[in-house]
Amino acid sequence: MAMFEASGTTHLQEHHEHHAGPATGIKRWLFATNHKDIGTMYLVFSLIMFFVGGAMAMVIRAELFSPGLQLVDPERFNQMTTNHALVMIFGAVMPAFVGLANWMIPLQIGAPDMALPRMNNFSFWILPFAFTLLLSTFFVPGGMAAGGWTMYPPLMLQTGDSFPMVIFAIHMMGASSIMGAINVIVTILNMRAPHMNLLKMPLFCWSWLITAYLLIAVMPVLAGGVTMLLTDHYFKTSFFNAAGGGDPVMFEHIFWFFGHPEVYIMILPAFGIISEILPTFSRKPLFGATSMIYAIASIAFLSFIVWGHHMFVDGMPLAAQMFYMMSTMLIAVPTGVKVFNWTATMWRGSLSFEPPMLFALAFLFMFTIGGFSGVMLALVPADFQYQNTYFVVAHFHYVLVPGAVFAIMAAVYYWIPKWTGHMYSMRLAKTHFWLSTIFVNLLFFPQHFLGLAGMPRRIPDYAVQFTDWNRVSSIGAFGFGLAQILFVIVIIQCIRGGKKASAEVWDGALPTGLEWTLPSPAPYHSFTTPPDVK
Amino acid sequence: MRVTRGDDGRSAALSRKFGFAGALCLAALGWAASAAANTSNGYNLPLGVTEVSRDIYALHMEAFWICVGIAVLVFGAMIYSLLKFRHSRGAVADTTMSHSTQVEIIWTLIPAVILVVMAIPAARVILKMEDTRNSELSIRVTGYQWKWEYQYMDAAEGIDIFSTLARDSNFARQLHSGIDPNSVPNYLLEVDHPLVVPSGTKVRLLLTSQDVIHAWWVPDFGIKRSAVPGFVNELWFRVDPGKEGIYRGQCAALCGRDHGFMPIVVDVRTPDDFKKWVGEQKAALKPAAAAAADRPADRRTAGSVQALPN
Amino acid sequence: MAPAHAEAEHYYVPHSSPWPLYGSITLFTLMSGAVATLNGWMPAWSLLPGFTMLALLFIFWFHTVIGENQQGLYNLAVDRSFRMGMMWFIFSEVMFFAAFFGALFYARNLAVPWLAGEGVKIFNKMLWPDFDGVWPSNGPAIIGPRANGSFETVPALGLPALNTAILLASSVTVTIAHEALISGKRLRLKIFLAATFLLGFTFVYMQAKEYHEAYTELGLQLGTGIYGSTFFMLTGFHGLHVTVGAIMLTVIWLRVLRGHFTPQRHFGFEAVAWYWHFVDVVWLGLFIFVYWL
Ligand code: HEA
Ligand code: HEA
Ligand code: CUA
Ligand SMILES: [Cu+2]
Repeated sequence: MAMFEASGTTHLQEHHEHHAGPATGIKRWLFATNHKDIGTMYLVFSLIMFFVGGAMAMVIRAELFSPGLQLVDPERFNQMTTNHALVMIFGAVMPAFVGLANWMIPLQIGAPDMALPRMNNFSFWILPFAFTLLLSTFFVPGGMAAGGWTMYPPLMLQTGDSFPMVIFAIHMMGASSIMGAINVIVTILNMRAPHMNLLKMPLFCWSWLITAYLLIAVMPVLAGGVTMLLTDHYFKTSFFNAAGGGDPVMFEHIFWFFGHPEVYIMILPAFGIISEILPTFSRKPLFGATSMIYAIASIAFLSFIVWGHHMFVDGMPLAAQMFYMMSTMLIAVPTGVKVFNWTATMWRGSLSFEPPMLFALAFLFMFTIGGFSGVMLALVPADFQYQNTYFVVAHFHYVLVPGAVFAIMAAVYYWIPKWTGHMYSMRLAKTHFWLSTIFVNLLFFPQHFLGLAGMPRRIPDYAVQFTDWNRVSSIGAFGFGLAQILFVIVIIQCIRGGKKASAEVWDGALPTGLEWTLPSPAPYHSFTTPPDVK
Repeated sequence: MRVTRGDDGRSAALSRKFGFAGALCLAALGWAASAAANTSNGYNLPLGVTEVSRDIYALHMEAFWICVGIAVLVFGAMIYSLLKFRHSRGAVADTTMSHSTQVEIIWTLIPAVILVVMAIPAARVILKMEDTRNSELSIRVTGYQWKWEYQYMDAAEGIDIFSTLARDSNFARQLHSGIDPNSVPNYLLEVDHPLVVPSGTKVRLLLTSQDVIHAWWVPDFGIKRSAVPGFVNELWFRVDPGKEGIYRGQCAALCGRDHGFMPIVVDVRTPDDFKKWVGEQKAALKPAAAAAADRPADRRTAGSVQALPN
Repeated sequence: MAPAHAEAEHYYVPHSSPWPLYGSITLFTLMSGAVATLNGWMPAWSLLPGFTMLALLFIFWFHTVIGENQQGLYNLAVDRSFRMGMMWFIFSEVMFFAAFFGALFYARNLAVPWLAGEGVKIFNKMLWPDFDGVWPSNGPAIIGPRANGSFETVPALGLPALNTAILLASSVTVTIAHEALISGKRLRLKIFLAATFLLGFTFVYMQAKEYHEAYTELGLQLGTGIYGSTFFMLTGFHGLHVTVGAIMLTVIWLRVLRGHFTPQRHFGFEAVAWYWHFVDVVWLGLFIFVYWL
């Protein structure tokens, strides 16, 4: 990270003002208040968690490579499934997006830093401790939580000593997310450069602004829900206990009221990223930018009224089934508008295929596939067959891995030259792309077949007729996993050195936005003098 | 039932060239599905042996083909621009093309219409499934960690069956058992005492649970419902006459360590055979039946088990 | 430099600060203590370190911020950031309570009637044949401290009504105090601010009395089925917020005695006032839906 210091200090000599350059040594990171440092920590943390969660996924796939139990006992398998999801969602994808927000929002709106720098560092540093708490459950009596990431009672209440650790870890992650979200909102609403009105604001900022609202609205609800689990377990309350007048299904409602918006929290920033990258490498402005904003807004709104689609088989009143089916399907409309507008952005453009563009394109195709399976899942009667099968697993991995995760990788490949001041190895990056894309389909496409053929999810062992597709999927998984090692190599090389990146980075393409007006690497204090946006 | 290596090869090959191949792959699936057996062919839903399961199958295929259609159009447009508008081929961007209200309205409305087209038949099927009136045989189904209990009511009142994973499967599925699952008939899908029901009869299941949430699912019947402790969920099925036979399913809600090992096996017989079977059963467990007949017994357990939250 | 710069130029970006990290360690210690206690690994005093560190955290961090404020490091932009931040924090609190209100409504209007076999759920009668499903309810298994499972509820027109009056009054006094602050009437400000937090603490005391009565005489406890659960979790979390609010008011009062806050710039005061009104509104919801209806 040496180049930050260098640029920071030189920059300091240029503008003789009260901002200090980066503190030296470990203090710089421990006591950080600089949005770039904090963004960097978020991204590094997220990458580590991606590997941790991925390692768990590898255990899952290895166990499922063939019928019969070879590696882990069923309990441990469920623990892997549960924590794989928790780590990937709360540890990998969400922090990655917050990290990108930290790095890019001030740069894109021409602000000196995030609005509340200390709270910013607080929301980051909570995470390592939260995940220490979560992952240390591996060592306690009774092992990790094994009730699925959905934590349904009464099963979740059977968790051993790790139970309160998981609950409190989630409380901490929630606190972190809420503070992060508040920071984003305040920064965007209060720190924009003069004349940068909301409609001129880049779509990445827009998508994050709306995502932040979702976060503040649903994270406290999750906190409340898990608190009720806690009291049901230790303080004799009966929220989820029918004998006391409660209802286990009530938890499902609380959880999914959080859970569904949560999945859009994991995709809206991705939409923003794609909307930044496609125009650049199509050398053409984003098609229908305004309707893109409205689309995100309506997706966000709808996400609050569709949660029931996760609970069709729990026996809900007819009217409710109808309502949730309709409202869920409705989401395909604004999402469709986005997909079509992206396509129109490429239409009559002048496309070139640098790594960020490749990942963006892969996102376009595979997210849409995931969306299609989503719409199929929304059809109540069909969901009776799909629910809790690998068809669902295929659906959400298509939107999460080649969806959210690919978007994050696209963003890193797009902006990392701006961060480090170096170009990375195009060859390695493209290899990483092709391996990832091939293997991710090998990994998740056959899971559609498995689900339709009747393989339930969350099982460590399966009937022999599911063997072949599971083999394919597992091979895909190992391939995809190993391919990610390339990603790390590219990043490390790019930090260490490499061809100097220009301020515009993607010369010849059409990078728009304030971040490209700064030198690469971006100076330690961006826009201490606010740029004037015409 | 088992998928041949050939298929793997193909799907693997197709999976390359990202989503587009995905769409093709879906198409392949659809093509293959046209030859759907009533039990699954290994990569698509089963046609099933009940009216509902067939309706669902139709719905599923309809939705699937619609998605394939849209995919062909959307992916087609994308791929066309990928090939046609390449910088390397000297394509020049038309930067004036920034938005067009008309087209945007069009591609907001069309999907909306398509969705309505999908929703209507779905709604019809829902109404059908929810119609639990005049069922001819009721069975109370209770989920336990990790087995099912079937308590017959009505004509078969008194018959009470516990249904657990078959022993040979249970041996084979132990960690490092060394037994090859392929050598076990119906590995993980066999139980000691299956649920016996008559064909051509509207059978109603009253689902509940003694501990955690389970879910009762037989793909060929096209039904799945959660068994929630302290609550009773209702579901029904009527197996077509002439489709008598053994049908298999699995618990479909994570219910702890052995969630993967509490299969469901339904033995569908002709009404006459069923009556015979009921006769035998009753004769066999007269005294037991008498005890089980007055429900209070299991009410108390229901209550007391619920009374301890965990 | 051009004047356009000035604003952001002085947007105060603290160089570096140990408190966020210390705060995270505090949370971790606190949570670990709670885990150890709940799992019976250690006696309850294992919570002490966490709470001590928490208290210190607030003292240190707020001391820093107040110090910077008094040095006039915060320009209007910073002030605006704080305001927005506080508003959205309060909104998140609203959503937290929403979860528990949601649980109350769900249990009362859906779960309990369903358990009694209402409507399509008729077959629940198989499990709970003699459950009538009338609210207030502690469930078909009549879970509660009393042998016969009976319990009584707190009548709305007793302490709760009084507490409502107290909180409403405190909302008025804090508003008067605010007026006084703006119009520079410091004495008035001191008196009414003091009145506010005194009322606040009185409320907490009353609530404690009510709880004691519920536990000892009414057979109404946290473990009294769903009614007890919703009742104590809602009023409990609210009481906690009142306590915190009252403490914050006291701190503000001490700052006023020190001559902090100007008629124009007094974010700290306003933040606490907003928080206090929020706590007040939540109480009205409680009074109506928990005690009254
Ligand atoms: C990033 C995360 C993400 C995203 C974006 C989505 C998007 C969608 N999801 Fe998904 N979903 C999950 C993550 C996500 N989901 C997860 C994690 C689960 C499982 C949780 C668990 O149980 O563990 C889940 C489960 C899930 C279920 C429950 C399945 C079950 O358990 O039985 C359902 C059911 O309706 C559903 C539906 C949808 C729909 C309709 C969309 C829509 O938003 C998709 C819209 C997009 C498109 C449709 C494609 C583009 C549109 C066009 C090209 C226009 C034309 C198209 C048509 C007219 C069809 N999802
Ligand atoms: C953003 C969220 C996210 C992400 C990124 C992923 C990524 C992956 N997921 Fe996950 N997954 C979920 C969210 C996510 N998943 C959720 C919510 C569930 C539901 C949980 C539940 O049911 O409760 C789930 C469940 C789930 C299942 C079903 C488990 C079950 O039902 O029992 C499976 C099975 O294949 C799976 C596989 C994978 C794989 C192979 C990846 C891969 O993409 C991971 C690739 C990454 C790596 C592999 C790490 C990098 C490389 C190394 C670690 C080096 C070592 C590599 C090798 C040795 C090969 N996931
Ligand atoms: Cu029973 Cu899963
Ligand atoms: Cu959802």
